[in-house]
Amino acid sequence: MLQVQRPSTMNPSSYSLNELLIKRRGLRRQFLTLHGLKDIRIAILGGTTTNELVDLLEVLLLQSGFRPTFFQTEYGRYYEDAVLQPDEIVAFKPDIAYVHTCSLNIRSFPPPSCTENQLLEYIEAEIARFRAIWRSLGERIGCQIIQNNFELPAQAVLGNLDAVSAGGATRFVSELNRQIAAEAAANPRLLMQDLSVIAARIGMDQWFDPERWFSYKIANTVEGTFAIARSLAALVGAIYGRSRKVLILDLDNTLWGGVIGDDGVDRILIGRETPLAEAYTAFQEYCLQLRNRGILLAVCSKNDEGIAQSGFTHPDSVLSLEHFSAFKANWEPKHENILAIAQELNLGTDSFVFVDDNPAERAIVEAQVPGIAVPDVGNEVAKYPSILDAARHFEPVSFGQEDMVRAQFYEENSQRAKLEQKFANYGEYLDSLEMTAEIDVFNATYMERIAQLTNKTNQFNLTTRRYTLAEIQAAAADSKQVGIYGKLTDRFGENGLISIVLGRLEDTDLHLDLWLMSCRVLKRDMEIAMLDGLVERAQQKGAKRLIGYYFPTAKNGMVADHYEKLGFSPVQLDTAIATTWSLDVTNYEPRSRHIKILERTNA
Amino acid sequence: MPDLLPEIQEIFRDIFDDPSLVITRDSNASTVEDWDSLAHVNLVTAIEKRYKIRFALGELQELKNVGDMIDLIQEKLASK
Repeated sequence: MLQVQRPSTMNPSSYSLNELLIKRRGLRRQFLTLHGLKDIRIAILGGTTTNELVDLLEVLLLQSGFRPTFFQTEYGRYYEDAVLQPDEIVAFKPDIAYVHTCSLNIRSFPPPSCTENQLLEYIEAEIARFRAIWRSLGERIGCQIIQNNFELPAQAVLGNLDAVSAGGATRFVSELNRQIAAEAAANPRLLMQDLSVIAARIGMDQWFDPERWFSYKIANTVEGTFAIARSLAALVGAIYGRSRKVLILDLDNTLWGGVIGDDGVDRILIGRETPLAEAYTAFQEYCLQLRNRGILLAVCSKNDEGIAQSGFTHPDSVLSLEHFSAFKANWEPKHENILAIAQELNLGTDSFVFVDDNPAERAIVEAQVPGIAVPDVGNEVAKYPSILDAARHFEPVSFGQEDMVRAQFYEENSQRAKLEQKFANYGEYLDSLEMTAEIDVFNATYMERIAQLTNKTNQFNLTTRRYTLAEIQAAAADSKQVGIYGKLTDRFGENGLISIVLGRLEDTDLHLDLWLMSCRVLKRDMEIAMLDGLVERAQQKGAKRLIGYYFPTAKNGMVADHYEKLGFSPVQLDTAIATTWSLDVTNYEPRSRHIKILERTNA
Repeated sequence: MPDLLPEIQEIFRDIFDDPSLVITRDSNASTVEDWDSLAHVNLVTAIEKRYKIRFALGELQELKNVGDMIDLIQEKLASK
């Protein structure tokens, strides 16, 4: 697959909204000539006219490497087309359905005389309509659903009391939003877009546009539409695992004020002594918050390593050395150091965000490192957190245990690397890791993590097929499919759920649609344990042969010989698009030697 | 006052992504291919943003062609 290459003139984020409105069609045409775009189908169920939103969203998604196809309901028919006459939307087969409603679409607000008890009924009546929409989309299509909550109403006839009284419109919208959030928290298929905050950031007076509502049935200003489109593009990217994972930071005048090589650790600005020092402290705190939610931090600085590291011994430093998963301080060009960080962390540069106060460094890194995001943070540290936050590079769709401990995994990995050096024989090293694996068929506990992994694993991935949560659930329920996951634990800790294989039975052949593994557990013989687990379950279903496929991409070269190494025979090698392999399993003997397999927990 | 027609033609060419599009004062939605109600919203929004003006409710319905639109833009710019 060809890498997506974008000339800088095609970066919509470099256009103002005014230019984008005028040049949209031309940009769209240029983007569509790119190779390697991922096709996605998005149905938009609008309570307002959604064409302007679709126009802007389309360009933003094209820029993020997607080629979207849209279906839009007629304005206002979001309920009817989802619940009463869903045939058209079902036939469209969307990957994502976006229910876009605003406070103007609320059917019945409580009257001013409403009591607290009556209010509950009004809330239930309104939410029931939306629940019916989500249920219908879930049952009839099974796609991912995005529902925005409501912006606060344009008018508050009760003044301040509007937010307090059971009959207040502001109060009512707040209660509805709380309900929608609760539904989204309980339903992994339902993602909530926080329209209330999007509108608040813009300001309600700049958000509502009654003239456009009366003329075109568009509820908000075009600035509002653009903000919705940007937030939605970030969410879609996150659904497909395109969110970024690593924040790479410069040091001097980025994480602290001053030049540590000249000023010395005692003179750098950090702490609470001056307003500027407070601003650097606040930025370090923001970075630490990102790390605590699973974003890896790395340093890339032109400095002597020892001097650079001494900055984190400053008594007021919020960050310390152990918070960084990679640390490059030397005099090599920054883009070379960033490529080295990519190798060290086993992650693609398209998962990186780079922050540096120096515009020249930003420019060269942006030009030389493929796919990296280099936000224009300017050089005022007080603004860094809000600029980074607004760019939505790290948008998550869910936040689980996995995210909280991810940085920990990478730390343990470097301990494992140190251990590795002490053994003459690799098998001895593997034994010393005291590994145990849990290998089992897909089950409800892990569906979300499984879908997530299929969307973000690029390197150790034989077919690079992406699955939505609904597709994984369907595969698990299908008796003709064998889907297994693997979790691995070793003496340093849990590696979590790190491998997935999914096969489809045709007669006595099991076709392997998916085989992937997290690079965190490379060279641990986990693929052998997975093969054992797979064969056992395939045989139970009557399979005599495994058929494996390798589809080469720009990123999965490391598994070109995966099936060969596992003893498969080549069936078809003479095509650049795919190679095909087979393994007779009628007399298969388990091969795993270094990993203890846990008894099945939920047979 | 400068003639806005060349600029307006440029905006039309960009919005309709057609570099050979020729716009005159007599052009209207029936003479310009693709000028449907959706493109109309795009045009009006882009022109409002470009010239930092706002068309009031009802003003646009009275316009018969591009010439009328240019006159209205000129009027609004002059009174700014």
